[in-house]
Amino acid sequence: LIRSINDPEHPLTLEELNVVEQVRVKAMFAFRQVNDAESTVAVEFTPTIPHCSMATLIGLSIKVKLIRSLPERFKVDVHITPGTHASEHAVNKQLADKERVAAALENSHLLEVVNQCLSARS
Amino acid sequence: VKDGSWTVLQLVEALGSCLENTDPRTRGRGIQLLSQVLLQCYSLLQEKEVLHLVLFYENRLQDHHLVIPSVLQGLRALSMCEVLAPGLAVSVLKAIFQEVHVQSLLQLDRHTVYSIITNFMGTREEELKGLGADFTFGFIQVMDGEKDPRNLLVAFQIVRDLIVKNYALGPFVEELFEVTSCYFPIDFTPPPNDPHGIQREDLILSLRAVLVSTPLFAEFLLPLLIEKMDSDLQSAKLDSLQTLTACCAIYGQKELQEFLPSLWSSLRREVFQTASEKVEAECLTALHALSACLSCSVLSSDTEDLLDSFLSSVLQDCRHHLCEPDMKLVWPSAKLLQAAAGASLRTCHRITCSVVPLLLEQYTKHPQSSQRRTILEMLLGFLELQQKWGHVEEDESALLSLRAPVCSVVFSAMTDPSVQLQLVGIRALTVLGSLQGFLSPPDLELVVDHLLRLILHEEDSQSSEAAMEAAGSLAPLYPQVFSGKMVPRLGEELRSEREEEGSRAPRCLQQRCLQALAAVSTHTSIVRETVPALLQHLRQVQKGSEARNAQDVVSVCQSLHRVALQCQQDAESCWYYHQTVVPCLLALAVQAAMQESTHLPLGKALLEEEALAAMVPVISAASTHLSPELAAQSVSHVVPLFLDGEVSFLPQNSFPCSFRPFEGGERLEAQRRLVALLMAFVCSLPRNVSQRLLRELLALSCSCNCPFTATTAAKCFAGLVNKHPAGQQLDEILQLAVNRMEPGLVEGPHRTQALTLLLWVTKALVLRYHPLSSHLTDKLLGLLGDAELGPAAADGFSLLMADSPDVLHKGCHADVRLMFRQRFFTDNVPKLVQGFHGAGPDVKANYLKGLSHVLNHLPKPVLVTELPTLLSLLLEALSCSDRVVQLSTLSCLQPLLLEAPQIMSLHVDTLVSKFLSLASSPTMAVRIAALRCAHALTSLPTAVLLPYKARVIRALAKPLDDKKRLVRKEAVAARGEWFLLGSPGR
Repeated sequence: LIRSINDPEHPLTLEELNVVEQVRVKAMFAFRQVNDAESTVAVEFTPTIPHCSMATLIGLSIKVKLIRSLPERFKVDVHITPGTHASEHAVNKQLADKERVAAALENSHLLEVVNQCLSARS
Repeated sequence: VKDGSWTVLQLVEALGSCLENTDPRTRGRGIQLLSQVLLQCYSLLQEKEVLHLVLFYENRLQDHHLVIPSVLQGLRALSMCEVLAPGLAVSVLKAIFQEVHVQSLLQLDRHTVYSIITNFMGTREEELKGLGADFTFGFIQVMDGEKDPRNLLVAFQIVRDLIVKNYALGPFVEELFEVTSCYFPIDFTPPPNDPHGIQREDLILSLRAVLVSTPLFAEFLLPLLIEKMDSDLQSAKLDSLQTLTACCAIYGQKELQEFLPSLWSSLRREVFQTASEKVEAECLTALHALSACLSCSVLSSDTEDLLDSFLSSVLQDCRHHLCEPDMKLVWPSAKLLQAAAGASLRTCHRITCSVVPLLLEQYTKHPQSSQRRTILEMLLGFLELQQKWGHVEEDESALLSLRAPVCSVVFSAMTDPSVQLQLVGIRALTVLGSLQGFLSPPDLELVVDHLLRLILHEEDSQSSEAAMEAAGSLAPLYPQVFSGKMVPRLGEELRSEREEEGSRAPRCLQQRCLQALAAVSTHTSIVRETVPALLQHLRQVQKGSEARNAQDVVSVCQSLHRVALQCQQDAESCWYYHQTVVPCLLALAVQAAMQESTHLPLGKALLEEEALAAMVPVISAASTHLSPELAAQSVSHVVPLFLDGEVSFLPQNSFPCSFRPFEGGERLEAQRRLVALLMAFVCSLPRNVSQRLLRELLALSCSCNCPFTATTAAKCFAGLVNKHPAGQQLDEILQLAVNRMEPGLVEGPHRTQALTLLLWVTKALVLRYHPLSSHLTDKLLGLLGDAELGPAAADGFSLLMADSPDVLHKGCHADVRLMFRQRFFTDNVPKLVQGFHGAGPDVKANYLKGLSHVLNHLPKPVLVTELPTLLSLLLEALSCSDRVVQLSTLSCLQPLLLEAPQIMSLHVDTLVSKFLSLASSPTMAVRIAALRCAHALTSLPTAVLLPYKARVIRALAKPLDDKKRLVRKEAVAARGEWFLLGSPGR
């Protein structure tokens, strides 16, 4: 679901930049048990450089894409691969905060960038 | 006047008082009458009359402004006279230039002036040239300030003629440029319902033709273009770039010299910054044209070569970006360099010399495979440019000195674990191979080794397929290397695998060997080695006894089919192939059938339906391209084999019993199945039928219990009937067929067989517009109401409309008329609709199914025009509970949503509800199709969709949790697209 997200400033996808890798995605779910409270998806992503200013935005894009693409019962957890970003803790905190994510999507500039990341490349 | 009973002189005399009247209106009317007469009769005038009329009209130009329009009409009539005395044209024009202020006239009158000028330019070129630059100046004044697009088109044409036909421009070059370039870039939107049909594009092209018609404009035009490239309007940018490209065709170094630095910096800025692919493409084209122009200018010995300094600045600005394969500017820089390099041999040499070593160095510096891939893709682009210049003298080719490092980079890419990098490596290898004389013999050996390794042992099927394709395209260039090295290795692998037998992995290897043998058969000499190897393998497979053998037969046949397609163009290989393969396949099949009939357990694999079906395309492809003589020769062997059991032409023709496929008897069931092979052969030939064969086929198709044999016989019969020349013989055989079919359809054990025969014969006749086809179609329509045969008849409509893969298509010389589908549609859809309304509830679905099959195969443009009338029925079909109807209707609607969004948006409410409810259908295929349609809905105008956005997004949450992965995938795509609707950044 997330490999084809575009990077906000490179002409490449997150997969091509090795920002997301399959080994860093953990999912626990069973599609048969619709009410399973244990359904979670955890994604670790690796910013291209430790000071990457786009880290929050990339995380937000991944989170939004997953929220839009997964059934509601899933708990979506997006965070930075430990030790790969200078302000790892702050970014993780922002991404985990539901209200801040919702508020960010109210901002039309942010929403525009996120949508661009999620649009299919022509 | 036309009849000659009046002369113009008499007319003028009669009008006398009117022409001299003091009231300008009356005078105007008089002159108008005279002018109208002249417009109709100018060809009858005498030279003398013309002289007087011209003098009169010239004089009238000074008259009251009310009179002028009519005067100009008169002059236009006179300008078309052939007998106009020398000197008069000049005097008329002088008078107009002097007396008339053209731009204060109405549009129509201005147009008249332009017409007069055009007429004179067409017939009195020499005289006008005598006027010198005065004429140019006069015209500049006439058109200065023109605003009407209709007049501008004419005016631009006049300016272009002025320049192209070498009228004297004198000191007025800049004025002439100003008076036209002020319209650049054209900004014009035709008013709605414009009856004149002038498009923006017409104006752009005619203005561009003027601007690029002479190098004299260069010093004014180039600064203008540079300025407009910076415009905010994309259309202005595009127009400037296209104009620049056009200029380069006639400019030389002299014109460009002064502006090169600014042109380059504008082009670079656009390519580096633009988000629009169009602008980028136009920039690259312009750079290409610019470099080409600089390369082919002739230099005098003392001037410096601008090309050199230009390319230096291009290289200087782009080269360093190539070292950062992760950054945004990599590809724009590479594209700029490639555009410049593609312009000429010299630019190519210069840029390759500088860039290729750099890329090779960068490749070793960057260890990540994604970076290496980017670098190798750029390198590939430069290598492809080399292809364009063909074989180059050794000492000139910059690339030749880099052979070793280039090869090692490409080979290293092919051994890299990343599949993406391997794929680029394979493409690069293909290009290197096509550069004549680039690869040395030892390199070629290595190439073959690498390809073999990828083909046989690479796990990723994408890479191994790409390697096969590469082998296929290199084989004709180096036939000895491939037939000497690759084919024997593949053959060996195939043999050793067969001996081992057993585990599952080798089967995959065997499959790959077969595919590779087919892929590499792209040269006559190689075909002669691979075909025997494949046939040998087939014989071995057929001897084996395991159940999987049918699958193996299919694989071999697929490879043989591919070889056949590759041989078709070359007459010699085609005949070799036909002669070798067809008898061999027939012999194997006949042998198997006989063993079957004598109750031996062997040989069954070859008679399985799928195995026979796989042999059909092989024989068909081997026969379609034969010349008529060779085909006749072959027919004389094959047809007697089936009719009389004449086996002598088959290899190894000692069989235990005789071959009689058309005789009755239970034991011959296996032999009858071979009609499939007969069909493949005889239906692929231009035309050649014996009546006896037709009768035998007809009998077999109606009476045989085995559905496979009956269907095949019906297809074969249909294929032959379609090609049968019209006449008594055809009518007889068709009558015979109808007589056998009709009772069969009514009752008896063979109703299905009769229906199959009806379908195929109908198809054969519909394709050739035979008059009997409507009778048969009506019969079919009648069967839709039949409880037992109705569903099958409805599915038959798909058979009628679709292209059949083995018989009755253009490739096998069938008589297929253009637009038979449209014709079938107009003839039969009203009947289907009528039948639907009249039918009982239990058979209604049959009509809908038939209809949706017909619509599904109709060309989309036709469907779009018929859509308004049919849409309500299609929407009703969506509510039908039959899932075939649902599926077929959805797949019919999906492209329509994309192609006719305006019409579809009228029904958006129904569509949304239907798609959402079908998205929870119990059938997976329907769910997928419904979600695809929901996805396609997003191409309707956003304003129509927004009211449904929340509802759709909510409803699509459910299929996100579907138990099938493919359904979830479609749901994710559709839902994501709906989220983007109407929000920023889409």
